Amino acid sequence: MQITTPNFKENATRALNDAPLQKALKNVEIGFIAKRLAAVDALPEFEQLRDNARDIKNHTLAHLDLYLEEYEKKVIASGGHVHFAETAEDARAIILDICRKRNAKTVTKGKSMITEEIGLNDFFEKNGITPVETDLGEYIIQLRGETPSHIIAPAVHLNKDQVEADFRRVHTHLPADRDLTEHEALLNEARLVLRQRYFEADVGITGANFLVAETGSSVIVTNEGNGDLTQTLGKCHVVVASLEKLVPTLNDCSQILRVLARSATGQDMSVYTTFSTGPKRAEDPDGPEEYHVVLLDNGRTAMLGTEFQEMLRCIRCGACMNHCPVYHAVGGHAYGAVYPGPMGAVLTPSLSGIEVGGHLPNASTFCGRCESVCPMRIPLPKMMRHWREREFEKHLTPTAARYGLKFWAFFARRPKLYRAAVSVAMPLLSWLGGSSRRIHSLPLADGWTKHREMPAPEGKTFLQAWAEKQAREAGR
Amino acid sequence: MTDKPTVGLFVTCLADLFRPTVGFAAAKLIEDAGCELHVPMAQTCCGQPAYNSGDRKDARALAEQAIEAFEGFDYVVAPSGSCAAMLKKHYPGLFKGDATWEKRAQAFSAKVYELVSFLTDVMKVEKVESQFAGTVTYHDSCSGLRELGIKAQPRKLLGALPGVTLAEMKDSEVCCGFGGTFCVKYPDISNAIVEKKTATISDTGADVLLAGDIGCLMNMAGKIRREGGKTQVRHVAEVLAGMTDTPPIAGK
Amino acid sequence: MSARDTILAKVRRSLAVSGDEAARRAAVAERLSDAKAGVIPARGQLPQDERIALFSKYAEKYGATIARVASIEDLPQEVSRYLKSSNLPASVRMGDDVLLKSAGFEREPMLTVLSGASDGTDLAGVSHARGAVAESGTLVLASGPDNPVTINFLPEHHIVAVRAEDIGASLEEAFAGIAATYGKGEMPRTVNFVTGPSRSGDIEQKIIMGAHGPRALHIVIVG
Repeated sequence: MQITTPNFKENATRALNDAPLQKALKNVEIGFIAKRLAAVDALPEFEQLRDNARDIKNHTLAHLDLYLEEYEKKVIASGGHVHFAETAEDARAIILDICRKRNAKTVTKGKSMITEEIGLNDFFEKNGITPVETDLGEYIIQLRGETPSHIIAPAVHLNKDQVEADFRRVHTHLPADRDLTEHEALLNEARLVLRQRYFEADVGITGANFLVAETGSSVIVTNEGNGDLTQTLGKCHVVVASLEKLVPTLNDCSQILRVLARSATGQDMSVYTTFSTGPKRAEDPDGPEEYHVVLLDNGRTAMLGTEFQEMLRCIRCGACMNHCPVYHAVGGHAYGAVYPGPMGAVLTPSLSGIEVGGHLPNASTFCGRCESVCPMRIPLPKMMRHWREREFEKHLTPTAARYGLKFWAFFARRPKLYRAAVSVAMPLLSWLGGSSRRIHSLPLADGWTKHREMPAPEGKTFLQAWAEKQAREAGR
Repeated sequence: MTDKPTVGLFVTCLADLFRPTVGFAAAKLIEDAGCELHVPMAQTCCGQPAYNSGDRKDARALAEQAIEAFEGFDYVVAPSGSCAAMLKKHYPGLFKGDATWEKRAQAFSAKVYELVSFLTDVMKVEKVESQFAGTVTYHDSCSGLRELGIKAQPRKLLGALPGVTLAEMKDSEVCCGFGGTFCVKYPDISNAIVEKKTATISDTGADVLLAGDIGCLMNMAGKIRREGGKTQVRHVAEVLAGMTDTPPIAGK
Repeated sequence: MSARDTILAKVRRSLAVSGDEAARRAAVAERLSDAKAGVIPARGQLPQDERIALFSKYAEKYGATIARVASIEDLPQEVSRYLKSSNLPASVRMGDDVLLKSAGFEREPMLTVLSGASDGTDLAGVSHARGAVAESGTLVLASGPDNPVTINFLPEHHIVAVRAEDIGASLEEAFAGIAATYGKGEMPRTVNFVTGPSRSGDIEQKIIMGAHGPRALHIVIVG
């Protein structure tokens, strides 16, 4: 995709003035949060499970080389193939090669953020292969030529009437006078149109929520069943997954499954949690003839051993963005990168560089709500701060902000000088407040006064007033 | 010599510069709770603006300054969840790799409390003396809430005031959009967030909005006044100390 | 150097390890062989008699319907009843599963039973779940020569028989059962954990049933 993160501010302003988007974003604020809370409250062991989930991933990451070897062995033993890809480009080439060998014309896809990360759909089209997104949300945005605005609800930025318009525009073989006003009608139409595509597909591509070293299984967690049809009806199942999806055992996987769906959609379990191991067995009546796993690095190994390693615990549940006031305000597309919200604010600079992704870790109030709901206890604000540090060290912080900070710190580090300066400045600012006790506009503070009044200071500083009071009381 | 615990009041730069009343209110509450109060003159800022801007060097220098000025007291108390969290949760990390300072910072951080939680959790204050009367609504500022677990404490003390009625706002735990430098770096986003907040505040019909952090309060007060709203805005310490003679934040 | 070796070398460089450390290798070997269970919620540890109620509660919460029959011989009649009450033609797709075969579907002469994988035209399919998870109302279906995966997803209505004694308390119990059947560390090609019928919330976060998989899930508890 075209990364527009450097234009985050402009993207955000556009989003804030986009009335349909603002209407759609209300669904995030209302739906996900209450559902998650109800599911969490109903499971007394939830906090313990979060601890365990964190520990499992920490252990896995600390032994990642060994688990990769074990996992690979098991996949091969079950008749599957493992391909390692250092970069997005390598992954695309590997997948294309698999498709070419099967002479594939049509490829169905289960919902997968990793194939967004490697820009697979565009690449397929350039190479004469038709990718068909089968997840309802992904299908809708594919019709619109858009990218997902949310990692688990790709079309959350849209309203029903927009979807209806797209279906009427594209599904021209259906009667023009059909009724598409209800959600059910839209869903049924997509179901009907896509059903045929599963059978036509030569290759079915899915992502993976987990890769299990103990068994060589890949796991997908879905609600629609499209991922299962994709991988069962396609003659060849290709799993694309990044390295950190590994977990040691099925029991470890169970621990994390208990926090995944609850954090994402507030379900105890998603409707379909599917473990796939190798291709269909000799006697099986259905299932794919070939099974490939493309293991993608694309920057992950460079995060290991750094202050960003903990980000590799992320299980892509979306809870951080569901609870983020900035995401609620601007939606996912404003972030201008594959992964939006708080997890994207940490991951995007890791994948694309802080030079490109610099806005994202800055565009946070550090309210900490993301960390408070992260099932994997990823300290997202802390890592955003680490990115700000990298930015500051590299002198990428905007000049005005940098000098402003340095100017302020110069005084703050010299208490006597600071006292002298503020004992002049604050009474002046107070005077500007007049009888209203507020200032409507102030040079150099338009970032503040553009949208709000500046409260006027009372006059003397506290320390000044306190010292005077102490002196008065001592003199009495 | 007294056997009262000594408390260093870390007044915070915003209270010092913009809202001295909060400093006096905090001083009164701390003394009324039976502590010996000290106000070191060498204090400026906890360093959070530098810390959150990625400037660790200045943040550390300010941390050293604060530790030196305050480490001699039994407790260090700040009328702000955000600054207290900086002192309590983030200082030790600034000294990682410097064993001497790290130890000093840890000892210092262990003594730090946010004002209201200090009163209730440490000094076991059950109620305070205040003549304030009216309907209030309370915003849970993020750092205090999530880093220090401040939620019940202010409600407990407010609930014990006979003249006070608490009208809870919807989503009191949601950020007000202040975020320190965030609100000036991304003013449009900050504005969208605070607009939602002022709407939930207005829906309560409360006379006064309270919170424990002046930054958040200045943001919400500035927005309420710009919108022409009715709610007045004060720091919770002003109400608890009965010091509500000064005009509210950003005026009436 | 192959991409595989490059990536492993990068992982090792970042972690500052060689990969030959005996302690690390032992830790991994032990984790994989012991495969210890972690936190199992109290509701995932109920005794047998309480599991069925909990399983039913959650399965129904997620939109499944439930019937209970005394023995497998009662299944054909229940299938007919369900089809009739759902206004469906008397026809089902079914694998050659031993338990289902033992039910005696030939005793329902009006019911057409189609064998093998689904081709997408079936309105109803019948499967046998090898187990269930009470803590979340989840069915456990394993693929195999007699259990096509397509029946779990293509028919509009999915009828699943599960024996009462196979309803386990937790996910871990389900995996232990699979290991007992297939061997430790071994899995059939596909294991589907199914919790309610297919759904999507992708349009305005409004949940609609029957996205790509079955619109209805009817669970028949046997015994």
